[in-house]
Amino acid sequence: MSSRESVMDSARQRERITRVLLYTLLVIGAVLALLPMVWMVSASLMPSGEASSFPPHFFPSRPTLEHYTDLFTRLNLGRYLLNSAFVALVVTSASLIINAMAGYAFAKLRFRGRDRLFRALSTGLVLPVQVAMLPLFLLLKNMGLINTYWGVIIPGLASIFGIFLVRQYALAIPDEMLDAARVDGASEFRIFWSIVVPGIMPILATLSIWTFLATWNDFMWPLIVLSDASHYTLPVALANLSGEHVQDIELMMAGSVLTVIPVMLVFLFLQRYYIQGVMAGSVKG
Amino acid sequence: MARLSIPSEANTAAWFFLAPALLLIGVFFFLPVAASLVLSVTDFDLYGIADPGNTRFVGLQNYSKLLQTPDFWAALRNTFYFAFVGGPLTIAVALGAALLLSSKLVRFKGFFRTIYFTPFVTTLVAVAIVWRYLYHTRYGLINYGLSYVGIGPIDWLGDPDWAMPAIILMAVWKSFGYNMLIFIAGLQSIPEELYDAAEIDGAGPIRRFFSITLPMLMPTLVFVSVVTMIGYFQLFAEPYVMTQGGPLRSTTSVVLLMYEEGFRWWRMGYAAAIAFVLFVVILIATLLQFRLQKERA
Repeated sequence: MSSRESVMDSARQRERITRVLLYTLLVIGAVLALLPMVWMVSASLMPSGEASSFPPHFFPSRPTLEHYTDLFTRLNLGRYLLNSAFVALVVTSASLIINAMAGYAFAKLRFRGRDRLFRALSTGLVLPVQVAMLPLFLLLKNMGLINTYWGVIIPGLASIFGIFLVRQYALAIPDEMLDAARVDGASEFRIFWSIVVPGIMPILATLSIWTFLATWNDFMWPLIVLSDASHYTLPVALANLSGEHVQDIELMMAGSVLTVIPVMLVFLFLQRYYIQGVMAGSVKG
Repeated sequence: MARLSIPSEANTAAWFFLAPALLLIGVFFFLPVAASLVLSVTDFDLYGIADPGNTRFVGLQNYSKLLQTPDFWAALRNTFYFAFVGGPLTIAVALGAALLLSSKLVRFKGFFRTIYFTPFVTTLVAVAIVWRYLYHTRYGLINYGLSYVGIGPIDWLGDPDWAMPAIILMAVWKSFGYNMLIFIAGLQSIPEELYDAAEIDGAGPIRRFFSITLPMLMPTLVFVSVVTMIGYFQLFAEPYVMTQGGPLRSTTSVVLLMYEEGFRWWRMGYAAAIAFVLFVVILIATLLQFRLQKERA
């Protein structure tokens, strides 16, 4: 064997070792990332008491769906599922229109004080939402919106971050296209609806998934606004349940599965758009 | 009045598009933030909710009371603990995962990326409940796993020294995927030629990481640090669900304290003062990070 071949051989060997090492680390990471979720599903299928036995079982000895039927028949989880879906869908669809309109105006319409207004609005990005919560509660209470779906929905209808994302994207629309439509006599809203909205569809898709997941997963604000159980969203209902039924682990896991699975499905089907949102959010403005 | 060169109908159209968003953000966000400052210098409480006339101006009394309350200092310490241990840990794990997934030798990148990102999209309340059982002293999988390597049972959520590390561990698991994605985007923007040139000059992988990857990644790193830190300062749902702030207040965060004072005991003036301290802390931390970035550049 020539010395040149042996050098290439050892390089290939080193590459193979590195590759094995990389995959080992990646697989260990993947197992650690998924293990809690797998156990959650597995424990939700165990007969009562099995998840709290020693040594711990990882898989159910006799899989059962009784905890799921229990959730729906006894604990009204169907109602909470509908509440969560309703709130998330209303916030997502309405905020999409509201943020898209504002983002477009900041990107493409010319008016006095535009840039100053946008900068002022952007300062809101560093204000923690918790600072607004106490007066917001009092305000909504005076409007009679505490313990209503609207109390949860209204503060989520416009988002500075959403406006920011749409603006970044809408900047790329050529002015000539809009001016041509204006010359043809199209109204400003017509231009927005027929030219701008189709043009910014990808960012709207991203924003809608982003908003849907954030609203579905939100906890603190619904917890504050909703006091009557019939209005609870899933996370609030689940937190409440976990306070009362601490002993029944299998039941709690079934409730967790029902809370998590819908958002995971939405994510898995639409992850391309969701991930674009994360990347877009990191672009320095 | 002079309107510069912008025709007035353009102005009208613009305000039509802006009005809904500005009205909502103004009334339901900026106005409450400003009102919070006013609220924090009053003794607004349950009697104030019944009739605002019962409220008095108390100056900085809420703030001075806050600074004399051990619970507040404990909450501040816990929040700093969470942010300054959990934050760097999250970023380190995220960067490690991003580096692994950026290697040319690895295939199925999308598959692993999706798996690593999954915890981030899950509902925090649900997974906090799951982790509460994983941490169970006797039946929990974590102690069971540790028993195989000879580590005796740890009372994760019941021991004041372990409760915070336990919450941090869960938070790192939940959130590293988000930062990982941003790091992957940052790594992709580093020109390949730099690595090729360094390799020709004989720089090994570790040298290449510290001389090329890390400096080129600095802007991303600062962005990620700021976002992660701001998020971690707002710790709430994890202790609410997993420990109720205990044991012995060892996991009560600033936001949890604000929630308890404001929405459980209805001491809203006092709670508003807590909220403002949180705001100032976040502001200072953010400014510091950007200052550090400028000095390095």
